[in-house]
Amino acid sequence: MAALLFILVAVATPITNIAAYIAYFSLIWLALLTAKIPPVTVIKRSLIEIPFVAFALLMPFFGQGERVDFLGLSLYQEGIIAGAGIIAKATLGVLSAILLSATTTAREILRGLEILRLPSMLVQIATFMLRYLNVVTDEMERMRVARASRGFDAKGIRHWRVLANSAGALFIRSYERGERVHLAMLSRGYSGELPKEEREEVLPQQIALGLALPLLALTSLLISILI
Amino acid sequence: MSEKSLEISGLAYAYPDGNQALYGVNLSINQGERVALLGPNGAGKTTLVLHLNGIIPTMQGQVRVAGELVDSKNAESIKSVRHKVGIVFQDPDDQLFMPTVGQDVAFGPYNAGLRGIELDKAVKEALELVGMSEFIDRPPHHLSFGQRRRVAVATVLAMKPEILVMDEPSSNLDPAARRELAEIITSLDVTLLMVTHDLPFAHELCQRAVILSAGVVAADDEISRVLSDKQLLTAHRLELPKGFSL
Repeated sequence: MAALLFILVAVATPITNIAAYIAYFSLIWLALLTAKIPPVTVIKRSLIEIPFVAFALLMPFFGQGERVDFLGLSLYQEGIIAGAGIIAKATLGVLSAILLSATTTAREILRGLEILRLPSMLVQIATFMLRYLNVVTDEMERMRVARASRGFDAKGIRHWRVLANSAGALFIRSYERGERVHLAMLSRGYSGELPKEEREEVLPQQIALGLALPLLALTSLLISILI
Repeated sequence: MSEKSLEISGLAYAYPDGNQALYGVNLSINQGERVALLGPNGAGKTTLVLHLNGIIPTMQGQVRVAGELVDSKNAESIKSVRHKVGIVFQDPDDQLFMPTVGQDVAFGPYNAGLRGIELDKAVKEALELVGMSEFIDRPPHHLSFGQRRRVAVATVLAMKPEILVMDEPSSNLDPAARRELAEIITSLDVTLLMVTHDLPFAHELCQRAVILSAGVVAADDEISRVLSDKQLLTAHRLELPKGFSL
């Protein structure tokens, strides 16, 4: 939740406000450091951002308005600003997501969502996704091994048909598993609601701690505007 | 005279596509009996099992659990029947859908209305019965297949069913896990209907065997008598493993 707020504050800040961004980055790094997350993990997980970075790097080449010359390339100023904005905002978002996922187990996140009154159906769906992600990836892996055992090697576009078939088969299998799971649930008296765990009281200190990061970000934004 | 845990009379069923699976099944099981349900693939065993707690609505005939009629149109009846009939499905990954073992075992009793200390107690007892107590906070996908099967049994035992129904309990188990499961089943004091192709396993655990073939009960007798009747077994595509004798 705090992560989301932090991202919101960050995204709402205009990119031209460089001071605020410096403050954000130092804040999130401070948080990552206090959480004692190894930097290697952070860097590895940040790789997910690469497609966005690639997109952002293209931005200066397209656009309109003022042009600037840079290293012999003629770039659009607006594009540069927008691209830089995407990179900075995405990095902040990714870093805070890493902070959340490294400090909180998936189960705790789900419980948190439940406490925050996310509709129970959504929480249930997420719970099942969490449980069956492994089962489905295992199944995918078995299918891959079975394909490879019969000499299949996905190289080019000609093999996409086979891969698409496999994906289809996986989808149907998962669907059928879903039905069997539903039968098993009905057999044990399921009536539309998953058992809730006994609620642990959320202490005010915890809430304050959680709000610290977004609030600090907000303060630094205000300060940088006032200066 | 012992009470009947399960009474099925004249049960017939055809799938919506017209494929008839059951042609009038009669079967009654006394309280505390352990019965093996044998039969070739496609004999209608699973269809029969799904009738026992009203997952498949009864078309023709009757199913009674502990004297109570399974009436799929009556939500109350279905609810109470589902707490009396505990089905352990073949694939434990279908059965274990909650994030942790403990939560999964709690699922059934929770739906039955247990809360707080009582719920915890039911979960603990059930896990103890299958020797899986120390795994209560583990996610199911970190367990071995045999362990998951045992937890699946616990999830049903936690509901204190009148009759325990197991679909292929020994499938995919390594020999040690199979023996451990057999020991657990013997230690339970519960009426058991076990669907299986594993005839030695059935012989070890059950006193009585029922052969379901082509949608009817083809044999219903003491298990050693059924299993020693070679002709009967062959006629229904059943065989004892080579080298195995009773």
